[in-house]
Amino acid sequence: MSAETSPNRTSISTQVAQPTVVIEAHRSWWELELYELWKYRELILTICWRDIKTRYTQSMIGVGWLLISPLFTIAVMTVIFSYWAKIPSDGVPYPLFVYSAMLPWGYFSKSLERSSTSVANESSLITKVYFPRVIIPIASNLGGLVDCVVGFVLVIAMGLWFGITPTWGILTLPLLLGLAFATALAISLWFTAIHVRYHDIAAVTGILVQVWMYASPVIYPLSMVPEQWRVVYSLNPMVGVIEGFRWALLGKASPDLLLMTISMVIVFVILAGGYLFFKKMERTFADVI
Amino acid sequence: MSDIAIKAEHLSKRYVIGANRQRFHTIGEIIAHKLSGVFMTQSTPAASDATLLKALDDVSFEVKKGEAFAIVGHNGSGKSTLLKILSRVTTPSAGRAQIYGRVGSLLEVGTGFHPELTGRENVYLSGAILGMRKAEITAKFDEIVDFSGVERFLDTPVKRYSSGMYVRLAFAVAAHLEPEILIVDEVLAVGDAAFQTKCLSKMGDVAKRGQTVLLVTHNLGFISNLAERAMVLQRGQVKFVGNSSAAISAYLRSIEDNKGSCDLRGHANREPGLTPSMTSVRLTDKDGLEKQSFSVGGEWRLELEYASKSDVRLMSAGIFISSAAGLGVGSFDTFMCFPPPHRIPSSGMIRLYIPELLLCPGEYFVSVGLMLDQHHAYDLVRRAISFSVETSDLYGTGHMLSSDHGLCVFKGTAEILT
Repeated sequence: MSAETSPNRTSISTQVAQPTVVIEAHRSWWELELYELWKYRELILTICWRDIKTRYTQSMIGVGWLLISPLFTIAVMTVIFSYWAKIPSDGVPYPLFVYSAMLPWGYFSKSLERSSTSVANESSLITKVYFPRVIIPIASNLGGLVDCVVGFVLVIAMGLWFGITPTWGILTLPLLLGLAFATALAISLWFTAIHVRYHDIAAVTGILVQVWMYASPVIYPLSMVPEQWRVVYSLNPMVGVIEGFRWALLGKASPDLLLMTISMVIVFVILAGGYLFFKKMERTFADVI
Repeated sequence: MSDIAIKAEHLSKRYVIGANRQRFHTIGEIIAHKLSGVFMTQSTPAASDATLLKALDDVSFEVKKGEAFAIVGHNGSGKSTLLKILSRVTTPSAGRAQIYGRVGSLLEVGTGFHPELTGRENVYLSGAILGMRKAEITAKFDEIVDFSGVERFLDTPVKRYSSGMYVRLAFAVAAHLEPEILIVDEVLAVGDAAFQTKCLSKMGDVAKRGQTVLLVTHNLGFISNLAERAMVLQRGQVKFVGNSSAAISAYLRSIEDNKGSCDLRGHANREPGLTPSMTSVRLTDKDGLEKQSFSVGGEWRLELEYASKSDVRLMSAGIFISSAAGLGVGSFDTFMCFPPPHRIPSSGMIRLYIPELLLCPGEYFVSVGLMLDQHHAYDLVRRAISFSVETSDLYGTGHMLSSDHGLCVFKGTAEILT
């Protein structure tokens, strides 16, 4: 609101101060309110910390599960897909090959499942206090990154065991984590916003995650995908993320730059759309939750 | 610099309710709805007036900086919706509100508390959710803990706290929120009496520090103690805005819509677990005319109609009068009026007479009840009806009594001895 005169009130105060907040029935879709996110950055970290902390309270082994459970998954996958189904792994030992993909994939699928119900799970907060609602899926996706980082330790240790020393590509891991985070957030913003209204989406998430895994190069190498289908295949943003992780952690076969670019553009489009959709839906969260 | 803290203009909030509501929670419901639409010749009206609940209807008001402003209204009057809009939890359907200053809203005690985390961790968590910076919480941490009185259990998960400890810690965090505008909903009604008093004085401090307070409560005592101005909401509309004592009278009058009688069947204030048998209560003057307002020293009559099963042996029927702030003023019943054996018919009407109503001007509530014996009620409706007492020249000296004189009126005489 600009400075305006209020002739019918008092002649002394001709200037009206800028309101801190204007509450209106309608908000234009281009009001992104990204500055709000920056203002609430401490809350994002606090909720993130709470999620991690409560996940491991009253657990004896605690964070140790982050190392134990993937070891079992790797063992099972190696037996089934490598020894039995004879799926190739581009010359990398299969356990290492599959685990370097399971890290981003596990992060992605868990984040999707966790964050799509996150807003509904926080209904007591949503109906009682204001903060940008988008904080909740952001914090939920951010929290999973910690598991991912713990996984790096295991994958590097496994690499050394198999005689693979890390290359300088490992320095790009923070960037790749960022890309994984953006991908997970992009998809979960859509799912979270829909879930508040239609709980069916939780079941859809489960199915989607299963199908999606086989549509991504987790248990098989990208080289198994026919050349002419590569571009279509890489419309799946997780292809770029997984290939990036494999390259950074194992140092083999540098990633296809075209493929990585396609992935990043797709992620950006879904993320921007998801954010706008979420902002549109969040206005009625407190009423329908 | 503007002196306005909150300016609400034509705020409305509509909810679609009933069978026609267009809200589906499973895909199946959507499909079923779409299919039913196929076979319909005309589309269903988007939302007719009957299915629209106007939780708030064209509400406009202003709260000045540094003012304590109260909102009163019955359940469903829209006061919680209004607070939710002002604290940005939900959005209005129409209208706008401008807020000048940092808002802290307490719509609940213990917002954001997590049972698995310790008291210390929850102070930080809840503080952050309520809008405090980490540095701010650290600076006030000792003060918060001190106020709550749970320092010995700071490192215990709050799920092991007693409910009293939990509430005290939760309120302590909230009380140290120092926004420019504090929005509070009923949270004062927590904890034991001593802690409530502590909360109340803390709220008073907040108001005295020049912060703006917007308060919703049922406790009229709090309003008269804390608030300078108040607004009465009724069915989503503003009934009254003005100084708090006038607002309290307006609120109490709105309870009975200014009637001196009340249907007791299905009354919301009936004690649970009793046998609803009182049917109506009526207040009249000495001529038997129904009245809601009486003058100091005038005659006051109450008629209570009831019908219970014929085999019920009732002992007495009586009333209890309390002040607007909830203070007991006195009680009166048939037990006092008649010698033993105490027995009243199982159905009929009781009329109680108070020939001289010696109460100071103000608003009063009457609770009515039927007793089986001295300890067991058969039917009891608390604050069934209200009445107001208007000032009069009781002493014939031109002195008009006011609510500042207390509750009781002494119809005494004085003698000056020299």
